[in-house]
Amino acid sequence: MNVRLLPAVLFISLAAPTVLAQSPEEKGLQIAREADNRGEGFGDFQADMKMVLISKSGQTSERELRVKTLEGTGEGEGDKSLTIFDTPRDVRGTAMLTFSYKTRDDDQWLYLPALRRVKTIASRNKSGPFMGSEFSFEDMRGQEVEKYTYEYLRDEPCGELTCFVVARYPQDEDSGYIRQVSWIDQQEYRTWKVDYYDRKESLLKTLKASDFSQYQDKYWQPGKMSMVNHQTGKSTDLFWSNYRYDTGLDGADFNKNSLKRAR
Amino acid sequence: MKNGLVMASLLTMPLASFAWEFRGEVGLEGRYFTQESPYPESDYSTNGSAYLKPEILHEWNNRDDLFTFIPYARVDEHDTERTHWDIRELSWIHVGSGWESRVGIRKVFWGVTEGRHLVDVINQTDLVDQVDGEEKLGQPMINLSTVRNWGIVDVFILPGFRERTYAGEDGRPRTPLPISDNAHYESSQENQRVDFAIRYQQYFDNGLELALSHFSGTSREPLLVPDALTMAELSALIATGQLPAGSNPEFTPLYNIIDQTGLELQYLNSGWLWKLEAISRSGQGERFSAVDGGFEYTQVGLFDTSADLGWIVEYIWEDRDDILASPMASDLLLGTRFTFNDVASTEILAGVIYDTEEEEKAFSVESSRRIGNSLKVSLEARFYTDTEKPQSATQLYRDALRNVNSNPGLSPISRSDFIQAELVYYF
Repeated sequence: MNVRLLPAVLFISLAAPTVLAQSPEEKGLQIAREADNRGEGFGDFQADMKMVLISKSGQTSERELRVKTLEGTGEGEGDKSLTIFDTPRDVRGTAMLTFSYKTRDDDQWLYLPALRRVKTIASRNKSGPFMGSEFSFEDMRGQEVEKYTYEYLRDEPCGELTCFVVARYPQDEDSGYIRQVSWIDQQEYRTWKVDYYDRKESLLKTLKASDFSQYQDKYWQPGKMSMVNHQTGKSTDLFWSNYRYDTGLDGADFNKNSLKRAR
Repeated sequence: MKNGLVMASLLTMPLASFAWEFRGEVGLEGRYFTQESPYPESDYSTNGSAYLKPEILHEWNNRDDLFTFIPYARVDEHDTERTHWDIRELSWIHVGSGWESRVGIRKVFWGVTEGRHLVDVINQTDLVDQVDGEEKLGQPMINLSTVRNWGIVDVFILPGFRERTYAGEDGRPRTPLPISDNAHYESSQENQRVDFAIRYQQYFDNGLELALSHFSGTSREPLLVPDALTMAELSALIATGQLPAGSNPEFTPLYNIIDQTGLELQYLNSGWLWKLEAISRSGQGERFSAVDGGFEYTQVGLFDTSADLGWIVEYIWEDRDDILASPMASDLLLGTRFTFNDVASTEILAGVIYDTEEEEKAFSVESSRRIGNSLKVSLEARFYTDTEKPQSATQLYRDALRNVNSNPGLSPISRSDFIQAELVYYF
């Protein structure tokens, strides 16, 4: 952790005096790094999530799942996470193990309880919907700084705060987006809003985050995330609850053995 | 229960009074057979069936101890053999630091391929329950698993053996001869023999996954041996071409003691998942090997929708000539899976297995979708092409007498094309 923090701190202190000479790309990257740094050092956390899928005509259906995350510590190593599905009931007990990496594709395994089988997820389905929702697999994934290039656009008031408006461009050619425009507040570096533009340059979706709470006197997490698809009229509300930090998770909680008994 | 060792271990399980969780599923199944049955005992074209699979779960010691109990029961309209019950799981898992023990009746899956699960030898197949062989009987076991940087090692002690289930005379699909209740065992301990297995698996972060396993014990896969005919039966067959009335020969399952070494390899590169399973088995006649290898690839976002189209291609090969033992000796599997990624999780899986030597094909289409939060409906169709007539007992023996290779190919389960609808409620 310290090894990774040190260069980041150096970067910011070195960058500060030359702030006027910064290009929009450098400033965008700097904001993304700072936002990332403020989320670092959490160790591990667990939380519950409820998704409410809302159709164009207003019909809703729900999915409930639990997430366990362990922060990555090694060089190039991202977080490890275990997602356990509770509803709908036909997928109950299904669990997904993800090893994310800073610069390459994640490794993912899915445990299918009926077959007692662990399957490697081969599909590079990043733009596809996560559990039929308006969140895609890449939206649900760890947002590693290295997977994008950045461009600072402007400052803009957002509610009572002032936000940086930053565009980021996915480096992954399998991404469903050509760019994302984020509103990040200058006080705590929380992301309040993201506009997603598809490969044809048209506005696809807007994410709005709200009901932020601070944990461990440091980490801000939204209680609600709303994703609206402008092209289909469908939306998904995602409610986070029961956030717990320092829950004693370690590497042994993230392997194929633990995946098989996640339930 | 006959497995004293396992039950004694279960009894020593520390009891605690934490919350117990009760859940499960109940399913209704209807089948329509598109052809007339070649067997007078199973002369019907529709069949109804239902199953119940409750689960009782319990965990304590901060999830370091887990208890699972899953009984299973099915009733079938016609087949008395398919009306059966089983304990799918009755187990206690204890998690230590870097190891865990799993004691009781459990189900374990080994393997990576879709076509044939060659390496998967721990559990017996509940073949009467599902003809695809994916349903398994619970196996008593003591399993120790250790996790190290260099891989996961699993050691299994398997006290007690379960016989494969087969459809009865009044079942559809069924075998040409009914299966005898008196199986033959190579082991003098019959179904009481204690078997052993070990498996090593490792995952490398370049996308390679590897597992090596060895099993030493009673083969889960029996050889089916037709009963010898009496002199009177033989005379009648030679004289009239028919077995005499009242003559009811059966297949006797023969369970040999085998040693089987298995290899599983999987390599993921740019969305292509390459798979290989290979075994070498001794103990059932001459030592033989079998291989199932192929790939899986998924096209995402088909036609600018959120649907995915997956392709599965596998080649299955086996170098043994004993055709009764394996109905597929050189087969090609082509499968395709449509995943709509919609709210109802709609899926369609279609596949064909082509037997390149017998030039027979087995087709299957399965589709499913969710209704609401607790119901799932699925439609399934299985069709076979074979030019051979179905085999009556008479034909089987007559062919054998004529020294014609009675190669049943896929036919023990052929002549039973069916369409199935199933509704499962999760509670």
